[in-house]
Amino acid sequence: MLAMLCAVRHATAQDTPLLSGGVGFLTNTNSGNTTYSPTIQPLLAAPIGNHFFVESRAVLSEFFTPNSDGQPGYDHSHFISLAYLQSDYIATPHLTVVGGSFLTPFNTFNERLSPIWINNFQDGPLIAGVGAMGTGTGVGGELRGSAISRNKYSIDYVAYFSTRSGNEQFNSERSTGGRASMYLPDSRLEVGVSYGRLLQGTRENFYGTHVWWEPKDTAFRFRSEFARGHHAQGYWIEADYRTQAFGGLNSWIGRIEPVFRMQQTFRRDTIVSDSLPLVNTQRADFGLNYNLPHNTRILTSYSRQFSSTGDHNIWETGIVYRFLFPTWKGK
Amino acid sequence: MTSKHILGFALGLGAALIPRVSSIQAQTTSGQPSAVQTTSKPQTSAPKAAQHYSEGERVFAQNCSRCHTAPDGFSPRISGTVVRHMRVRAQLSKHDEQELLRFLNP
Repeated sequence: MLAMLCAVRHATAQDTPLLSGGVGFLTNTNSGNTTYSPTIQPLLAAPIGNHFFVESRAVLSEFFTPNSDGQPGYDHSHFISLAYLQSDYIATPHLTVVGGSFLTPFNTFNERLSPIWINNFQDGPLIAGVGAMGTGTGVGGELRGSAISRNKYSIDYVAYFSTRSGNEQFNSERSTGGRASMYLPDSRLEVGVSYGRLLQGTRENFYGTHVWWEPKDTAFRFRSEFARGHHAQGYWIEADYRTQAFGGLNSWIGRIEPVFRMQQTFRRDTIVSDSLPLVNTQRADFGLNYNLPHNTRILTSYSRQFSSTGDHNIWETGIVYRFLFPTWKGK
Repeated sequence: MTSKHILGFALGLGAALIPRVSSIQAQTTSGQPSAVQTTSKPQTSAPKAAQHYSEGERVFAQNCSRCHTAPDGFSPRISGTVVRHMRVRAQLSKHDEQELLRFLNP
């Protein structure tokens, strides 16, 4: 009996709600105009019983930009938003039911890479808005889980339906879609396809595919996405690398992380129903990040963007700290 | 310098470096701990426990660190919460969830 009580206490103690997220100070110089932005993205996650889970992420940012027309000083604006607020019910080993406001599951960037403490660059790829259904958030429900998990391969899935919502914090469009991915552990290769349909306005279909590859025993990662809508399409490929050859990943050299991203967008007609540039655009991003101890990263990058409306440079620097701790001390 | 020059340079550089990087890594990382061991874990002597350790480590390497680097460490009080969050976000199977929890709480 005592052992059971101890076990329950131990299990309960492991399930203390957590507060995680990232806090950073970012600078962005686009065509000579520099914006300074302190930002924080807190994430709260709390299990309830054995089957329920509640999680939410918010974004709080302040932007300082130089006054226009050569006036001295800075203007500032702020942005506060709830990225998502969802409750999850783990129904079976293969099915989790999600309700609430959730990140639109189209390709990989929105769900996996958008937090500032994960993304290798400050800004997302140009095609991040394709298939994201406007806000990148849906209000409704999701069915998701691991369909098959074997030693040689695994397949996971997610399907969703979102209703239209005009609420300021839970803005979404009526849409449906999903994603299926297959992962091959031996070759560390993931391939996935996504589909989304906007059920209002332009009522268009979106198609996407992604390929991720991380060669075994290396700190090299390759990620790519392609997305296509009725009126525009594009892709991005990204590679990052940390060497283990000079004392491992935690040596001062091993903490250096060069990153390269190439992206192109193609507009198929002049109807604008997505966030892609109005003309065909190419962009090369060269990043050099440094992974400091204690969950801190320094992000730097230079980008050159080419389009018929003009070429320009984008310089970005930033420092991001990732925090992760229990919401209360507990026992 | 035009976009074609940069694109050609980048693709050529990538094609030249990737095989080289892979071969160097294959030579230098054999026998070295993997990236996920940044959170040091006590080794257990029991074979079964060691098996769980490696299985959980595999789950971590293949699912968690595919997207993000491992945090330097966190309180054991939230390990169950972290794992459940990963189960939903990374769509882990029930088996992988249990192995990951064992890895974080050996």
